[in-house]
Amino acid sequence: MLQLKNITYIPEGDKDANPVLQDINLTLERNRFYVITGPNGGGKSSLAKIIMGIYQPTSGKIFFEGQDITELSITERASLGIGYAFQQPPRFKGITVEELLRLSTRKNGQSSDGNGAGCNFLYDVGLCPKDYEQREVNASLSGGELKRIEIASLLSRNCRLAIFDEPEAGIDLWSFSRLTEIFTNLKKKDGTCTVIISHQERILALADEVIVLAEGQVKEKGDKEDLLDGIINRCDCRKDCVERA
Amino acid sequence: MERTDLDLLFKIADLHEIPQGAYNIRKNGEGVKRHSTANIEIKPKEDKPGIDIIVKPGTRGESVHIPVIITAEGLNDLVYNTFYIGDYADVLIVAGCGIHNPGSTKSQHDGVHNFIIGKGAHIRYVEKHYGEGEGTGERILNPQTNIELAEGATAELEMVQIRGVDSTKRETKAVLGKGAHLLITERLLTHGQQTAESDMSVDLEGEDSTVQIISRSVAQEKSKQIFYPRVAGFNKCRGHVQCDAIIMDQATVRAIPEITAHHADAQLVHEAAIGRIAGEQIIKLMTLGLSAKEAEETILQGFMK
Repeated sequence: MLQLKNITYIPEGDKDANPVLQDINLTLERNRFYVITGPNGGGKSSLAKIIMGIYQPTSGKIFFEGQDITELSITERASLGIGYAFQQPPRFKGITVEELLRLSTRKNGQSSDGNGAGCNFLYDVGLCPKDYEQREVNASLSGGELKRIEIASLLSRNCRLAIFDEPEAGIDLWSFSRLTEIFTNLKKKDGTCTVIISHQERILALADEVIVLAEGQVKEKGDKEDLLDGIINRCDCRKDCVERA
Repeated sequence: MERTDLDLLFKIADLHEIPQGAYNIRKNGEGVKRHSTANIEIKPKEDKPGIDIIVKPGTRGESVHIPVIITAEGLNDLVYNTFYIGDYADVLIVAGCGIHNPGSTKSQHDGVHNFIIGKGAHIRYVEKHYGEGEGTGERILNPQTNIELAEGATAELEMVQIRGVDSTKRETKAVLGKGAHLLITERLLTHGQQTAESDMSVDLEGEDSTVQIISRSVAQEKSKQIFYPRVAGFNKCRGHVQCDAIIMDQATVRAIPEITAHHADAQLVHEAAIGRIAGEQIIKLMTLGLSAKEAEETILQGFMK
């Protein structure tokens, strides 16, 4: 479904810096559920933004369903069915949750009425539509509420390739099991591909494949069974904690 | 009425037809239609141009529409309207002015509105300003709004400049009695070479009086905006001023909020922020499939709603 060929990314205006992504080659298949993990600063969010078109790669090519999309804009990629839920979603003064969800669904040919498909996804992320539809997506929402609305907006888009950037960040424990349920259901959706950037063991456990990204490179990619133990045991901090205990 | 008249009335007062309830429609400097009801009397002033609107005490759930339209060039219309709102009345007042200037000389409307709001009364006042026209003549609107709120009275003012007004100088003054509450929401959009100045002054004289001023504006192209919202507390009271502006292109925005406490129990706060549309907001909407232009329009519409 998606192929990244020799993707290197060095932020503009910083040509002497180390690449954020270095010669990434990666293929993502439909009907697969991927979790990208790795240390902070390893390039996970940058990779997601390269796929969505928010960042332009310094070199390399991106193919989606066989089409070269390297030069396509964010809007064009969204129209092809690629979606991205931000790690830190922006806020909008004056735009209500209902309006944001209506914008999310309008390009899918889904119902755009107030009680349409968009708002049902609020329920899925543990927010009562009645309480939230008319709320503005502004500073009055907590970080966790905003994050859940962000997840709902991507779920409602019915994407062929959906990328969630640390969806668990800011989500309370009570809602977390609901979140894992949502992703479990996404796995059953035919013809789509889901990518989640996460550090959470419970989300890693959902993966068909785990991709470990560190220092801007794909360090490992494979079945979670093979990789999970290794990832956890190789963590230096954890070793240190265990030794100190 | 002509098509242009109806278009303007729709823009400034959401009217498709002659409104229900009391109304006064002023066109090109003259009252053209007027209607009073059992509870709301509208009568022309005897000493100067304008009308008195007298709402009987206890009147509830009624509305007054007093739109002004100008479709001629070179007109300088000055009008004084006074609202006497009886004790414990609760009414909606829809004002507004639309100018369609077809020529090359300026057309101007200066509306002076005085509100005397009785004990425990409540008003919601909506005023929209809009300008259009194929000519080069300027469209100028200089509204003055003076409000006196008696004990326990509340007023919500929604004052909007939609677009097309070349120059505006807005003056709003209010004095609040005991337990009175005032909410002013002002939304201005300027573009081209337009200028807008808004000068507000609110005196919180009564104990437990409260005011909230919310100003949201968008300055595009080479337009210029200046805001002077001022709140003074003379008693135990609360006041909050919030100015938010989106600046674009080569525009200029100045916001100078001022709060003055003359009493130790006056709680006054002001906030002012000016900035361009955040890039991440545009990007977020583009990830939903909107073009950059659609994203910008959506953000501005929401902000000015």
